[in-house]
Amino acid sequence: MRVLAWLTDNTWEACVDAVRTTNSPDVTLLYVQASDVSEATHGAFSGLLGRHRPGHDPGDVVRAASAATGDAVLSAAVERLGFDCRVEHLAGAVERVVVATAADADLLVVARDGDRSRLGPRSLGHATRFVVDHAPCSVMLIWPEEAPDLGSIPPKPPHPPRR
Amino acid sequence: MAILLLAHLSDTEGIFRWAGAAMSRIAAGRPQRLLAVVFGVAALTTAVLSLDATVVLLTPVVFSTATLMRARPKPHVYACTHLANSASLLLPVSNLTNLLAYRTSGLSFAAFAVLMALPWLVVIGVEYAVFRRFFDTDLSSPARATQQPVGRPPVFAIVVLGGCLLGFATAGPLGVDPAIVAGAGAVVLLVRRLFVRTEPPVRTVWKAILEANPLFCLFVLALGIVVAAVSRHGLGALLAAVFPSGDSLVALLLAAAVAAVLANLVNNLPAALLLIPVAAGHPGLLLAVLLGVNVGPNLTYVGSLATLLWRRILRAREAGPAMGEFLRLGALTVPTALVAGVCALWLSLQLTGLGG
Repeated sequence: MRVLAWLTDNTWEACVDAVRTTNSPDVTLLYVQASDVSEATHGAFSGLLGRHRPGHDPGDVVRAASAATGDAVLSAAVERLGFDCRVEHLAGAVERVVVATAADADLLVVARDGDRSRLGPRSLGHATRFVVDHAPCSVMLIWPEEAPDLGSIPPKPPHPPRR
Repeated sequence: MAILLLAHLSDTEGIFRWAGAAMSRIAAGRPQRLLAVVFGVAALTTAVLSLDATVVLLTPVVFSTATLMRARPKPHVYACTHLANSASLLLPVSNLTNLLAYRTSGLSFAAFAVLMALPWLVVIGVEYAVFRRFFDTDLSSPARATQQPVGRPPVFAIVVLGGCLLGFATAGPLGVDPAIVAGAGAVVLLVRRLFVRTEPPVRTVWKAILEANPLFCLFVLALGIVVAAVSRHGLGALLAAVFPSGDSLVALLLAAAVAAVLANLVNNLPAALLLIPVAAGHPGLLLAVLLGVNVGPNLTYVGSLATLLWRRILRAREAGPAMGEFLRLGALTVPTALVAGVCALWLSLQLTGLGG
């Protein structure tokens, strides 16, 4: 079984642990650098109408910092996984890159990345929602921390009053 | 020019690195709180050191602060790009457009700041409210507190910047140009740099000259000539025809709207150059124009259609997929911020009796 794990800055540990539970030897770890943030920074810089030399473009700084973060996450993840795996470090519109990369995977491991203090639709962020909806394979959706117990479900609303 | 230099030298003194560490300490691992601190710091940086400082120097720091906290950087970085425009209302030195209008407005430095204080606060408030809602999910994704040491604040640079602010306010009545004050501040910082000697002095001075970017002054001058030519051949008359007169709230709203539209068609600098002569003699209208040309560019992420086209040509293959999201954010913030800001300006004009 080919397992693809999508790692993000704040939830990658849980993803790696989940990959280990699948016992699959064929694992790819994926980190996608969001291009929109560095693009917007580039944009703001060009709005300054060339007041600064190109070497000062904060978009380049942001892109480099983002690449460094991705490298750090991936190398820490490889170490945590503890066996040989493939590593992909890509950039672009995150959700679309993840879905495209999952084309030849059998299982995609994804962590919930939204607001986990109020369980419901918002416990999935925008990108994760897209990936869960459009992944071309099965998706393993994991909790970055311990899964909530049944007590976290709000009580059933009372019947609406009859007229 | 002097302000650009002042910002660059403050950066060498480590003021932005220190601000990054301080922001992360105050945020204590909570993205919502980080956003509030970023708003504060970006608004102050823009007002005092101009929008360039926020875009070029503060944005990368904010990005790494958010990343270190494992918070999503997007809301915080977008806050910097937005506030670089919309928080540049407060002082004549915050934006080149302000400086151009200030010279023809007849207002003193302090009167300008007093009139713009309320609109500045209101616009930032609107931006903040929209950002909190727009990035709700991103901001509620848990992050972690960093144990990054904050270090000693760069007291010298802070004192010099404080001195400059005080200088701006007091120099006006004495007939001293704000550029002289900022230049003096920059010289003080530069002299200190030379004393600290981290590199050969010639290199420090040469870097400072490059930062001040003397060629840009030439560019503004040339732009002014082009704009004057365009204006004289019909565009000026056209603008004068649609441009309101008087200081009523409706006139101010209309002036800001015309300015915002124009700033989005061409860049905000040419827009300001076109409109300032039309609004000359009416400080209220001039300030409304500034609201339009400063806040308006947030509609697109590059400040105007012209820059957008230019960028598309330069880097066609990188046409950003994120454009849609940024445009939606602009569509939510700009009209609301503009209307609220202009109302605040009108109120300031009424209350102070300045600009009448």
